[in-house]
Amino acid sequence: MSYLTKSPWVIHYDASSCNGCDIEVLAALCPGYDVERFGIINTGNPKHADIFLVTGSVNEQNIHVIKEIYDQMIEPKVVVACGVCACSAGIFHDCYNVIGGVDQAIPVDVYAPGCAVRPEAIIDAVVQGLGVLDEKAKALKAQKKGA
Amino acid sequence: MDILLIIIGTLAFAVAAPILGCLLSGIDRIISARMQGRVGPPLLQPYYDVRKLLEKDRVSVNASEGIYITCALLFTLLAGGIFFSGGSLLMSVFIITLAALFFVIAAYSTRSPYAEIGANREIIQVLAYEPMVLLVAVGFFMAIGSFDVSAVLSAETPAIVKAGLVFAGFMFVLTIKLRKSPFDLSYSHHAHQELVKGITTEMSGSTLAKVEIMHWCENVLFLGWVGMFFVWANPLSWIIAIAVVLFVWFLEILIDNNFARVKWQAMLKWSWIITFFAGGINIMILAYL
Repeated sequence: MSYLTKSPWVIHYDASSCNGCDIEVLAALCPGYDVERFGIINTGNPKHADIFLVTGSVNEQNIHVIKEIYDQMIEPKVVVACGVCACSAGIFHDCYNVIGGVDQAIPVDVYAPGCAVRPEAIIDAVVQGLGVLDEKAKALKAQKKGA
Repeated sequence: MDILLIIIGTLAFAVAAPILGCLLSGIDRIISARMQGRVGPPLLQPYYDVRKLLEKDRVSVNASEGIYITCALLFTLLAGGIFFSGGSLLMSVFIITLAALFFVIAAYSTRSPYAEIGANREIIQVLAYEPMVLLVAVGFFMAIGSFDVSAVLSAETPAIVKAGLVFAGFMFVLTIKLRKSPFDLSYSHHAHQELVKGITTEMSGSTLAKVEIMHWCENVLFLGWVGMFFVWANPLSWIIAIAVVLFVWFLEILIDNNFARVKWQAMLKWSWIITFFAGGINIMILAYL
């Protein structure tokens, strides 16, 4: 098992969310849920992060920001779409400026729907993301050995 | 002979300090979590973090950043080796400052605006604590009669008796050196009070792992400086020294959790005022009495 699964640092980006999901993401870090038990730390730096939590839908304004943060993150990395807006743009799907869910901008590994997404759902999604992270770490190792 | 002792000391420090520092850091995170009403991570979480960083892909904005950080780590180990093998305290102080400067140069070399803010602040931190740290060396010399740390083993009274005020002043700047709130201006472990990630913004993967290991070793060295004040010829004094060190570590965690970051002006002003009064008065008393 890779050490990545024991120390997943997350970066959180609020695309055009109503803030409902953002509050739930931060609630997961508070004493009630205390995700630091699993080694999860909220970092403000994409270069230090392993898991990218995105809330809200992608629009013309923020698609570049999401792509930029994703590109700055270092492999192996995982993207979790938090909330129904991040999954599929939710009730905003037919707004004139909304492109869609996060998967319209970057590859998404885990979807955590909900309006707002429950902290339990976020933790579940991150734990599911750890499995993906582990696979990606193995693939990277194999790739390095081959090279 | 001295050189041999320093080499052996440095190698021993390079093995023991990361282990000890890692455990101290793990205890820090658990106690911090308990103070905030949380359970907190496992004790070995800092070790997991570093192992994870070593697994990440190697990405760097330039080729020199990693070399500077490696130099910073090596000089930290050397400073620890000199101190714990009983060498010159003054030399240990200078070499650990050199390590701090390599850390700053690494951040500057990336030319990232956020890393530069962190580097600027780190320089201000060095400016704030360095006078007091030098006075610690001077006060130690005046109390024990030698710059050699090994001299405490034959001292009749511990350094704290004659250099109590110097120790108090050192306690104040120790918070800066250990990068604890309210003086964690250049690099905070808490994301909510940081500009991206301060001085380590551009560091990632194995480079960041080296920075973490360097912090562990630094912490062990600085706590060694604390313990040095309480050791004298009596072998039982080691127990007192270790108890004081653990208490100081707990106190630093308590301070870290209870204060928000101050502005750099306040840090510089207060550390110099305390250096001037605590360090200055103590040294004047020792010089003229």
